[in-house]
Amino acid sequence: MGGATATANGKLDFIVPGEYHVPNGTLLGFWIYLMSDCLVFAALFATYGVLSLNFAGGPSGADLFDLNLVALNTAFLLFSSITYGFAVLQMQANRLRGTQVWLIITGIFGAAFLGVEIYEFYHMIHAGAGPQRSGFLSAFFALVGTHGLHVTFGTIWLITLLFQLNRHGLTGANRRRVYCLSMFWHFLDVVWIGVFTYVYLMGSLV
Amino acid sequence: MPATRNPRKLLLAAPVAALLAGCDTVVMSPSGDIAAQQADLIVWSTILMLIIIVPVILLTLLFAWRYRESNRSATYLPDWDHSTKLELVIWAAPLAIIIALGALTWVSTHKLDPYRPLDRVDAGKPVPEGVEDLVVEVVAMDWKWLFFYPEYGIATVNELAAPLDRPIKFKITATTMMNSFYIPALAGQIYAMGGMETQLHAVINEVGSYEGFSANYSGAGFNKMRFEFLGMDDADFDQWVSEIKSAGEALSRPRYRQLAAPSIDDPVQHFGSVAPGLYDAILNRCVEPGQVCMKDMMKSHGGHGGHAAANEHASNTEHAREADTDSHAQPAEHAHHGEQ
Amino acid sequence: MTEQLDITKLIFGRLTWESIPYHDPIIIGTFAIVAIGGIALLAALTRYKVWGYLWKEWFTSIDHKRIGVMYMILGIVMLLRGFADAIMMRIHQAMAFGDNMGYLPPDHYDQIFTAHGVIMIFFVAMPFVVGLMNYIVPLQIGARDVAFPFLNNFSFWMTASGAVLIMVSLFVGEFAKSGWLAYPPLTGILQSPGVGVDYYIWALQIAGVGTLLSGVNFTVTIIKMRAPGMTMMKMPVFTWTALCTNILIVAAFPVLTAVLALLSLDRYLDMHFFTNDAGGNAMMYINLIWIWGHPEVYILILPIFGVFSEIVSTYSGKRLFGYSSMVYATVVITVLSYLVWLHHFFTMGSGATVNSFFGITTMIISIPTGAKIFNWLFTMYRGRIKFDVPMLWTVGFMVTFVIGGMTGVLLAVPPADFVLHNSLFLIAHFHNVIIGGVVFGVFAAIAYWYPKVTGYKLDPFWGKASFWCWLIGFYLAFMPLYLLGLMGVTRRVSHFEDPSLQIWFQIALVGAILIGAGIICFLIQLYVSYKKRDSLRDETGDPWNGRTLEWSTTSPPPQYNFAFTPRVHDNDAWWQMKQHGYQHPKEGFVPIHMPKNTAAGMVISAFATVIGFALIWHMWLIAGLSFAGMLASIIIHTFNYKRDYYIPVEDVEKVESQRAEVLA
Repeated sequence: MGGATATANGKLDFIVPGEYHVPNGTLLGFWIYLMSDCLVFAALFATYGVLSLNFAGGPSGADLFDLNLVALNTAFLLFSSITYGFAVLQMQANRLRGTQVWLIITGIFGAAFLGVEIYEFYHMIHAGAGPQRSGFLSAFFALVGTHGLHVTFGTIWLITLLFQLNRHGLTGANRRRVYCLSMFWHFLDVVWIGVFTYVYLMGSLV
Repeated sequence: MPATRNPRKLLLAAPVAALLAGCDTVVMSPSGDIAAQQADLIVWSTILMLIIIVPVILLTLLFAWRYRESNRSATYLPDWDHSTKLELVIWAAPLAIIIALGALTWVSTHKLDPYRPLDRVDAGKPVPEGVEDLVVEVVAMDWKWLFFYPEYGIATVNELAAPLDRPIKFKITATTMMNSFYIPALAGQIYAMGGMETQLHAVINEVGSYEGFSANYSGAGFNKMRFEFLGMDDADFDQWVSEIKSAGEALSRPRYRQLAAPSIDDPVQHFGSVAPGLYDAILNRCVEPGQVCMKDMMKSHGGHGGHAAANEHASNTEHAREADTDSHAQPAEHAHHGEQ
Repeated sequence: MTEQLDITKLIFGRLTWESIPYHDPIIIGTFAIVAIGGIALLAALTRYKVWGYLWKEWFTSIDHKRIGVMYMILGIVMLLRGFADAIMMRIHQAMAFGDNMGYLPPDHYDQIFTAHGVIMIFFVAMPFVVGLMNYIVPLQIGARDVAFPFLNNFSFWMTASGAVLIMVSLFVGEFAKSGWLAYPPLTGILQSPGVGVDYYIWALQIAGVGTLLSGVNFTVTIIKMRAPGMTMMKMPVFTWTALCTNILIVAAFPVLTAVLALLSLDRYLDMHFFTNDAGGNAMMYINLIWIWGHPEVYILILPIFGVFSEIVSTYSGKRLFGYSSMVYATVVITVLSYLVWLHHFFTMGSGATVNSFFGITTMIISIPTGAKIFNWLFTMYRGRIKFDVPMLWTVGFMVTFVIGGMTGVLLAVPPADFVLHNSLFLIAHFHNVIIGGVVFGVFAAIAYWYPKVTGYKLDPFWGKASFWCWLIGFYLAFMPLYLLGLMGVTRRVSHFEDPSLQIWFQIALVGAILIGAGIICFLIQLYVSYKKRDSLRDETGDPWNGRTLEWSTTSPPPQYNFAFTPRVHDNDAWWQMKQHGYQHPKEGFVPIHMPKNTAAGMVISAFATVIGFALIWHMWLIAGLSFAGMLASIIIHTFNYKRDYYIPVEDVEKVESQRAEVLA
């Protein structure tokens, strides 16, 4: 900070001559947004915690969850985080093509995750275990579905970003966007680890 | 600045007048021991806080007057902005009051806990040896109150009676909407919620007819969701019970289903007998034929599902909702604590 | 034929001609007045050809000052609506005794008290507070705009969109009959199948997004964009309180979003979060909504504490007493506001230990709050107090607020709350702190900063008239309610039997009428001051001998706020500059980098409004199409890379030399 800058005659200096550059706040802002999003998930996790045993005579997690499928899904999402990491490394090395390729791979993993999740939901609803069945299932679908919705929007964003990279290259603005989506993507991974542990693993125990 | 003169009179007069008039009200001079203790608590808390509020108001008006711009004889220190001693005082004074009030809160909240069985029926009058609580099961319906007296096998709608100086234990639930069971002359209120049971312990000390009502807005019929609470001496109460027993119709399950249809401004009704287990069925939401009781369905259909604890609690009717409430501070948890 | 009907249903959902309440004379009368007024306004705007100006300079503006003013106008308009609800309730309650059923059907009365609460909190108090922060914070920290100017415009339009939905509910369909927090099971689909609760949900969801984004925006603005030298402990107190408020917004509003989303899942998809049956739990809703709801009241009051801090020290001509203890008190309140939510439902039946924990944490909040009151008191001590209108509001606030604080602490004692909960005592308490705190503070702030915004002061006569009407009106309207609460009278009751209560409701009505007079005086004040603007003009930009940076620039400030970014050495930065004989620079100007206006915020919010309306009426096709439209317009907006420009140095020189002339 430019604290007590004084001019030659010992007087305090009250202005910044010329142009003053304000630091960019996009990444901080996006991070704060993610924290608020995190609280949405916190509320949903808490709700699930309260309702997780309210089966209302319907099926429990142990009856429903196919852990092999969930493990596959988890692998898709974790790999997509790693591939996003590679995309950022490529960007830092100023390689546009490499960045795009890794982003496409990330998007494919994301889409695969969504595909498996939709299959799982379809299967459950078909078996009479839809979100209307019990408090437990309402909470399950709301929590896992909200995560899935985030991945969906992340994927739409990713596709948009690919077009923008194609058009403008690795400009400052685009780099910021790649970093923001990167935070978003890793954040969803972290949330998924919570979902995987708390909902699927612990849910299979009861 | 004449502007500052008027508010002094007005601002002080208004709350003082309200306080004086307030002493006469049902909340401040009730007829039941619990409500009386709650009224005392209001008085003591207010006095404690006035120790700090009154000086603040007076100082505000005094400083506003004394340091007005036109008063050139007052000291003016434009750069004076800190005094460690003063800052200590301004943090310590509210702190001291809050420590006192916090202690009062802790003690009184435990002592006047609605789940706690009474140990006295009036100031200086402990509960006599061998006197059992009068249990009343309360159901808030759309939009009327249903009271069961399991001891006598009777039920009433929109009328409640109790003998003087006998502790009453209310067990409270609701059919659909959330309501709040409140008789200001008797004791503070507590929510009535569907599928859950809350409790209230209280005692009435004076003969009289008092107002009871729902204190929580519950939709179209909320306004008229009122009942009469009668404090009676023992003989009158026994007569009241026997009259209902002989004259009242039977509250069968079909009759209850009729009663359960939403209605507004219902007349007082008396039921001389009650279908067995009706309150329990209402609490567990299984009055309709074919409904599975909540206490039996928290476990999953798979047989291996359901938390061990859930099954265990589910066997206890009073704790029907334990399974889904243990992460919350809630009635079921509370019932627990009452037993400890 | 059947196919035809299905198409109608696909497009119009459950909206039919029957949904228009044309049989209700009160609503039709209101509609006629609104329609005539609206048409007159539109005609006037067209006649004087200001549409282009409004569009270019206001609606699409990303200038924080313009957006701040728009928020304040939204707040004033909605205040009129919210107050109309209030006076209708007061008239009704003063009448409805015994055989007299009052003039409002119960069904209508229930909508009015719900709408009053929702509007006053979300669409009056919030726009006022956010509007003040918008206008003042960037100026106080020596910045040229907020961190995300486009987002700021978008936030405003989302808030406005929520307000539009609530206003539409008056004339198309109905509003919720549920109380302002819409507790289930009453608001479940079985108990409230109508559109009222859906209006409630979507108005708050859409406005909530706006508020949340504002929170993110201002947090980053304050953290990143302060002028060099302005360390955290040199920030003006208003900025400090704004920072804490925005952190609270970011940390509280997501919970509101989540809980309303769950309620809509219950209503739209028959899920079981808050239902009585199938494993739902309504207590969870009440917990979650208050986890948002309690911080919300601090979101409203903290910036107002900041306003009073600025005003007290300015009009006492003195540095604020105990700056650092003021800051710590604010931070302590921010943190503690998350640990008290359960005090809104002690009567739900938690254990004594849980209840006393939340009771005592609530009381602890009164310690930093008390410290703040004392700090203002000792700022006045040995000051030289000018009783301009803002200072009158401040003294009125200090006296009134402590009474509300006292009754609040009383309600925090659980056994006392058992007898006072949901009574008119509670109503009196929160109006005591919201009117005595937030509303007084907003009027103080308007009187204080108005010359900064417009370049002329507000007429003091009408300001004083408004103040006295509000102050006396408040005491007349709400002291009887304290008393009625002690008489065991519950809130939300539309008809009474006991005739002895009537006199108190009539006194309260007189109070409400006086408050109405206060609002009218305020509107007259705006008009009179505009007419007399030449004699009220302030050329200096510093009419009150201010202390913080907003007073160092012209009134109104140029688009870029400061030709040169200020350098700060003290928390009363402008005061210190004046002490050192600071002269505005006359040369060395440079081009200034500024963001460009955009219509994207308005377009996206318009789509959001349509989505909300379509979902309320189950118009699935329109909802789907407008969602696609919204998504597309967001994506298209992200393809816009040219979002800023430079103000040429000649323009800056011209503006600054004009100012030098005026000052000389």
